[in-house]
Amino acid sequence: MYTTMVKSRLLDQRVWQLNRQGRAALVASSQGHEALQVASVYALRKGEDLFYTYYRDLAVMVALGVTPREIILGYMAKSGEPMSGSRQFPTQGAIPDLGLVNLSNVVATQLPQAVGAALACVQQQSDAVVAVYFGDGASSTGDCHEAMNFASVHKLPVLFICENNGYAISVPLEKQMAVKNVSVRAVSYNMPGFTIDGTNVSEVFKVVSAAAKRARKGEGPTLIEGIVERYLPHTGDDDDKRYRSEDELAKAKEKDPVQILKQRLKREDILTDAIDLEIHDLVKASIDDATEYGESAPYPDPEGFYDHVYS
Amino acid sequence: MQEINLIEAVRQAMYEEMDRDQSVFILGEDIGVRGGVFLATDGFLEVFGAKRVIDTPISESAIAGVALGAAMRGMRPIAEIEFADFIWPVFNQILGEAARLRYGTEGKLQAPLVLRAPYGGGIRGGLYHSQSPEAYFAHTPGLKVVAPATPFDAKGLLKTAIRDDDPVIFLEHKKTYRLVKGNIPEEEYTVPIGKADVKLQGTDITLITYGLMLHHCVEAARSLKKGNVDVEVIDLRTLRPIDQDTVIGSVMKTGKALIVHEDTLALGIGAEISAILAENVFDSLDAPIRRLAGPEVPAMPFSPTLESQFMITTSDIIEALKELSEY
Ligand SMILES: Cc1ncc(C[n+]2csc(CCOP(=O)(O)OP(=O)(O)O)c2C)c(N)n1
Ligand SMILES: [Mg+2]
Repeated sequence: MYTTMVKSRLLDQRVWQLNRQGRAALVASSQGHEALQVASVYALRKGEDLFYTYYRDLAVMVALGVTPREIILGYMAKSGEPMSGSRQFPTQGAIPDLGLVNLSNVVATQLPQAVGAALACVQQQSDAVVAVYFGDGASSTGDCHEAMNFASVHKLPVLFICENNGYAISVPLEKQMAVKNVSVRAVSYNMPGFTIDGTNVSEVFKVVSAAAKRARKGEGPTLIEGIVERYLPHTGDDDDKRYRSEDELAKAKEKDPVQILKQRLKREDILTDAIDLEIHDLVKASIDDATEYGESAPYPDPEGFYDHVYS
Repeated sequence: MQEINLIEAVRQAMYEEMDRDQSVFILGEDIGVRGGVFLATDGFLEVFGAKRVIDTPISESAIAGVALGAAMRGMRPIAEIEFADFIWPVFNQILGEAARLRYGTEGKLQAPLVLRAPYGGGIRGGLYHSQSPEAYFAHTPGLKVVAPATPFDAKGLLKTAIRDDDPVIFLEHKKTYRLVKGNIPEEEYTVPIGKADVKLQGTDITLITYGLMLHHCVEAARSLKKGNVDVEVIDLRTLRPIDQDTVIGSVMKTGKALIVHEDTLALGIGAEISAILAENVFDSLDAPIRRLAGPEVPAMPFSPTLESQFMITTSDIIEALKELSEY
């Protein structure tokens, strides 16, 4: 899990850097969200369960096994990118073999879709569960309410995983909702709701595992709200200085999920500095390789422009 | 006179109207502290306060519905949808409700609201930040749809839209925001809704367009004038109601028409213009009506090689004009 988090973090830093150099078009960073994303994937069954994600879920992709090469192809909008063939923004599209769907940039559209996918799982007598990831901002939409209500009425196997970083672009939580936590809404759908520390992999793993178990038994959905921090501006095009103080940001960065896990593993004598260095070196090498690979890859062939409009 | 870009024109129009009329207020995502993702409301929160500059949750349906409710009670809301690609939830409140309010209450209630949205592509916005939604709205009686192409028109039309007693969908092409600059007078002015603008006079071909494409069309027309093909360029500016008189009058004179828009072809604005021309100036036509429009794919792709397949260029327009001139 630690290696996956390091991989995601370094990859995220790389694409952000490429963006600043004008070599990657658009970036929405998952830095600060990694523990929630990675540990939730580890608590589920890769290749069987489904993952409906949004634009800030790079670490979910990495945890599912999408490679740095595949990911960087997307950031450079190059040919061979597996999610959408670079028809879409980086990380958007789908890899059905991994159960991964990240269709849209339109906030919250994934929520009803995830509920529908869960309905299909039940209809097909599969015991797959659907994890759907969304931000605190997304919870203000009608789609979110309708999805949760529907899922709970029909006791569908959905894990609603809210990545609460306290902001919808510039709008802080208190201007988005009059409650303190998204999870309290679970009561109104008669489903369990938890607010957990989204920087703590053990807590995430435990709660997601239990919710998955419950869902598989046909007992219905769970709302899991992980409290996390968004380290960087909303995207590469945003300027968070307009709405976020340096103090606040410095405080936020103290809750670094990668550092927290690292310190813990060291305390428990699982990780040594030497091993950590080795992990970083290996990951860095694969990201360097991916960057070169991306640079040398061609852009998509415009010949395919009209493909896949209809069956 | 002052030279400003299009986003500044939008900003000035809203600022001046809010200053002039206490019933005008704005609501939308990130419009407060952030000043809007394109900075259209930069500084508004400090000047007008949080009661009139309302940062909303991500709730497009509520943004539209709340604006409608406030408008029914006599306020003049300007509702902003952050990107036109996120506008679909407003159909329920705007097409279904706002457009029918006056009709359905026998004129007792009205909805003097403006729904602003940045639209259009060519900015590497991909499938979800490039869309042109105008045709969906322009189809609906009860709504007005405006799509300015210059700072002068943006400011003058937005002021008119805010003062209008009916719901107005106000579409601003993102690519024009900083790219297109123009002069506007120091003194107060407005531009009427429902009036097209003849940008270039000509006698051989009528070129009808709006939005970003206007600038490509003017460039194309200028290039043809050098070869002695005299192209008249019409900027529709308003897409509902369409200024039929100007369009019909021009094509009666030239006998040839090319319609250009970035939005996809089938059932787009060009289809309506073609029908208007076929019904009214059939006898004056010297060539079939031609349309040059976005390709029939569901949305504009992201990668540069694919995006450029979508966008119409000046040379595409020149080519189509040449074909028409030789017909
Ligand atoms: C329906 C819709 N409205 C507005 C937007 C513009 N937008 C993109 S991301 C975003 C904020 C989302 O905040 P949140 O759900 O908390 O996710 P975060 O980015 O914080 O992870 C907004 C308003 C959008 N993409 N979709
Ligand atoms: Mg958020």
